[in-house]
Amino acid sequence: MTSLSESFVGTPATHLRDEEGPFFGEFGGRFMPESLIAALDELSAAYAEAKLDPEFHRELAELHATYTGRPSIITEVPRFAQHAGGARILLKREDLNHTGSHKINNVLGQALIARRIGKTRLIAETGAGQHGVATATAAALFGMECVVYMGEVDTERQALNVARMRLLGATVIPVTAGTRTLKDALNEAFRDWVANVENTHYLLGTVAGPHPFPVMVRDFVKVIGEEARQQVIDLTGALPTAVIACVGGGSNAIGIFHAFLDDPEVQLIGYEAGGDGVDTPRHASSITMGRPGVLHGTRTMLLQDEDGQTVDSHSISAGLDYPGVGPEHAWLSSIGRADYRPITDRAAMAAFRLLCTTEGIIPAIETAHALAGALELGRELGPDATILINLSGRGDKDVETAGRYFGVLDAEAAK
Amino acid sequence: MSLDRTVGARTAASPTGTAIAAAREQRAGAFIGYLPVGFPNLAESIDAAVALVENGVDVLELGVPYSDPVMDGPVIQKATQTALEAGFRLRDVFTAVEGIRSRVDVPILLMTYWNPVVQYGVERFATDLLSAGGAGLITPDLTVDSGAEWLTESERTGLDRVFLAAPTSTEERLRLAVENSRGFVYTVSTMGITGARADLDAAARTLVARLREVGADSSCVGIGVSTPEQIAEILGYADGAIVGSELVRALAQDGVQGVARVAAHLATGTVR
Repeated sequence: MTSLSESFVGTPATHLRDEEGPFFGEFGGRFMPESLIAALDELSAAYAEAKLDPEFHRELAELHATYTGRPSIITEVPRFAQHAGGARILLKREDLNHTGSHKINNVLGQALIARRIGKTRLIAETGAGQHGVATATAAALFGMECVVYMGEVDTERQALNVARMRLLGATVIPVTAGTRTLKDALNEAFRDWVANVENTHYLLGTVAGPHPFPVMVRDFVKVIGEEARQQVIDLTGALPTAVIACVGGGSNAIGIFHAFLDDPEVQLIGYEAGGDGVDTPRHASSITMGRPGVLHGTRTMLLQDEDGQTVDSHSISAGLDYPGVGPEHAWLSSIGRADYRPITDRAAMAAFRLLCTTEGIIPAIETAHALAGALELGRELGPDATILINLSGRGDKDVETAGRYFGVLDAEAAK
Repeated sequence: MSLDRTVGARTAASPTGTAIAAAREQRAGAFIGYLPVGFPNLAESIDAAVALVENGVDVLELGVPYSDPVMDGPVIQKATQTALEAGFRLRDVFTAVEGIRSRVDVPILLMTYWNPVVQYGVERFATDLLSAGGAGLITPDLTVDSGAEWLTESERTGLDRVFLAAPTSTEERLRLAVENSRGFVYTVSTMGITGARADLDAAARTLVARLREVGADSSCVGIGVSTPEQIAEILGYADGAIVGSELVRALAQDGVQGVARVAAHLATGTVR
């Protein structure tokens, strides 16, 4: 299979969940330097082959059962739900996975593919550090070399995760170019890949980037929604009213949305980082406030100026601080299948605190955006609604940030 | 070189291809020089580009500053970021092309990442580039199979389109690049991003040979080229040599006169 025979002509699928790229409507594609096309073709071919190989699926399922901790449970949160108009709220507990977030699902899948095509070195970008930690973990597990690119700004606000990656044997390279955040970490990872493509797999951490990443990553995270759909039916006897998640690049959101795409009665809502508010320039709400453009190899919704220069995004959560979004989300928004709404830093932090004190669960600040969304949505839908939230990550990495935000650090620790 | 610059008129020959052919007749081959527009500011970037042409550059490659330049190394990243911080606007590229063309007769290719062109409008960008007197585009993150709209617009306007070929490209993809490029095929010397390298990969020589086998009549080698010796070596097997970071470094350190000196020195590599 070559990129030419893939032909970059999309045939509309019968079911929304059957879209296989390279395009999702007008979004997606592969806008990349020629130097990387051979590697992308190799990856497409290896993935297509793996998809048809029962041994691959068996191996991944076994890793998930014995290492990740799948299936993850769902937890009902009635005390939290009292603040959400009495709607029934269920959390899909991806925070309980090994390494603390949904990222491990994609990472193990891609690491297996990398091993199949004989790559010995994994590189990754990371924002909050969750994807970097998951990649460093897989590299340790598979005996591979690992280099993680992280914006310098993010290495400062997520210092604990930097230490975790180093403990796992990875090299963390702070990126000082551009805005020194997640988008610049992607640029640097692509530059590394161009130079080292022979032995290196770029383990991209979200459903963005050039084909086949958006499709492949989605396929590795969609297990979240497949499990949750059945778990909710078993618990409540019905499909949920709404399925919601936070959206940066969009991997945890597509992971939980995907199994519900062809259930039109289920509302799908992604919550983007609203930062200081979408009426200010300081936010990361690329679907709400952006327009179509090309970044990091894909055509999608972007925060950009009139000239097509990427605009700095802002969010209190490093993991959502990205000026683009996966092309499948841009498409789901354009056809009206999913809604995307902004949540401010302030609302996210209030929901973060509320989940801690009402349910004894410390979520990642990224995930807190979805929790804040649930508080709004529950009041909108009323007490008969059931809302399923992807609790995509735990908040251990955010304790310092949140501790400062709420003024609960000891004077000594706050120094 | 006299070109019909009316929009809609297909020029008989590629302006870039013509200049490269002339360089091959008179010397060992073409010297293609890169500088970004707007660095250190618009006026000086125009002066520097003119200085390149006055000191032996046959084809100008003008870089369009972009926020996320994944194919560029630190020297060019720093320069284009400086240009952006100094207020570079996309329309400045047309001012630059016009300004340079009013002073020297040289084909000018813009080296641009794709999103700025998409946002300007591919059709409008092609039209305005042609009116300004530009020769065409080099597209580092747009390959033939993703470039249908640009293929259409370059056909309409007759602008040159330079696609890249890499050591890892399959024969099928090399053929695609050769059949769809006009002006030359940008031969990526080595797997990596822009920036000077002491040793040029033998991969470049092999790649140029592979390009010829699939019908390329003009291949120019870039990435990592920084000395007259390297240029002379490249011109032993290719039609042109492309220098970027070394010129940008000279401009950053020693201004327009500095870049003129370095260009003149590099041009000695084209002597047959």
